[in-house]
Amino acid sequence: MLLDAMVAIPSRHKSLVLLIGVVVLQVLFLAVQIRRDSQGRLIRVWTVGAVTPFERAGASGVGGIRGVWNHYFALQHTSRDNERLVQENAELKLQLVQLQNKADEADRLAKLLNFRQSHQNVPMLGARVIGASADSATQTIFLDRGERDGIRRNMGVITPDGVVGKVSESYRDTAQVLLLTDKDSGVGAMLAASRIQSPVGGVGEPLLAMKYVANDDTVAIGERVVTSGMDRIFPRDLPVGTVAQIKDGNPFKQIRLKPAANLESLEDVIVLLTLQPLDLTKSEKEAGSASSGPTSETAKKDSPVPAKTAKP
Amino acid sequence: MNDTYDLRMGESHIEVHKFRGGAIVAATIIALFLQTSVPVHFPKFAILDLPLLITIYFGLSRRNPSTGLLLGMMIGLLQDSLSGPTVPIGLYGIAKTIIGYLASSIGARLDTEHPIARFALTVLFFGVHQGVVVLTRRLLLAQPEPWFNLHLAIGAAVNAVVGVFLFMLLDRLRKN
Repeated sequence: MLLDAMVAIPSRHKSLVLLIGVVVLQVLFLAVQIRRDSQGRLIRVWTVGAVTPFERAGASGVGGIRGVWNHYFALQHTSRDNERLVQENAELKLQLVQLQNKADEADRLAKLLNFRQSHQNVPMLGARVIGASADSATQTIFLDRGERDGIRRNMGVITPDGVVGKVSESYRDTAQVLLLTDKDSGVGAMLAASRIQSPVGGVGEPLLAMKYVANDDTVAIGERVVTSGMDRIFPRDLPVGTVAQIKDGNPFKQIRLKPAANLESLEDVIVLLTLQPLDLTKSEKEAGSASSGPTSETAKKDSPVPAKTAKP
Repeated sequence: MNDTYDLRMGESHIEVHKFRGGAIVAATIIALFLQTSVPVHFPKFAILDLPLLITIYFGLSRRNPSTGLLLGMMIGLLQDSLSGPTVPIGLYGIAKTIIGYLASSIGARLDTEHPIARFALTVLFFGVHQGVVVLTRRLLLAQPEPWFNLHLAIGAAVNAVVGVFLFMLLDRLRKN
């Protein structure tokens, strides 16, 4: 019947009728979907099932092509980026080293400043190490300050960590310092806990030697050794080092000390600008009285333990 | 068998083209495949409506309203099937059925080989297609959708430009 009706339609209108029929069918299909809340699952399953394999192949193909392109052809930017990053990395490393050095320097200077501020009554001068001994047999350094700055022979040289040595020669704009590790060097010292006094000197090695401690005296590894003030160069209670080795000898113990100051990498030092005996205790007491309470240093100085003289 | 023949309408005569075997099916599948695959990697590609361009091109070339609308319907239904859950089957089917019919009807009356004509017709069909889709959504699906906006205007222009070059490419599938 429908066929008869189609035949009756003029040929030029057949396509229009077909259009209307197809559209109406689809509208009806839409209406069915809405009414039944279905989504034409069967058609979707077929279509998706037919297209998905191509999509999967295409996706892997695109991924492969992209990978090949990115890893083998589009490397111009990568190469350029790599060069830039390498250069940037080198610059950053350099900056890091410079910043680290500056930070270390700032730490050192801060220590010096603190030391200076806590001993304001003691005349002292900061100096920078500018050179070392030309021969390996002597342990000396050169400072960037000399006679013009008030530096004289036999002045003590220290760091906030401890004793460094004494000025062996003073020139117009520079000074030579004999380090504590030199064989000819020596400082009046004592064991901090027992107050046993004994000179400490260098032996030409990194460790120092404490020379006149009797075998029956008690000394412990790690014990602190401080200046005794008896050499009239260094004030009392400056750190000299810590006991690193102890051996019984005849007639005295063979004691080796690790220097308190890092004598192998000195950069900034303090020169004590006086040839008179100094009493750092007094100056620290004055500094401590201005502060809230006694520090460990002042407590240590007020120690009731009497100083004993080493038995020669 | 004649690969081309003249469709005489009054004094003018317009060439009707035939294509290599499987060309229409292959072009349709490739268009659907690209339409669903490429936006995964290049999201801006989604502005293109390759199934619409295929519908327009074969409608204009075949110049047979019946085959044009049926081809449009098939392409539209396939596109519906591959679309998201908010697109019921028949939404693009209806729109592309109408586009297929119109393209075939216009192609039977005008010379649509010139790139400028193709550009203008693609813009026109894009607008009609969008109008039908929006109308269907509003009337049948109660889904409010703008009739036209800047994005659609850009889409129309982009599709028309791409269509011009795509049609040149598809011209190679014609039988000489």
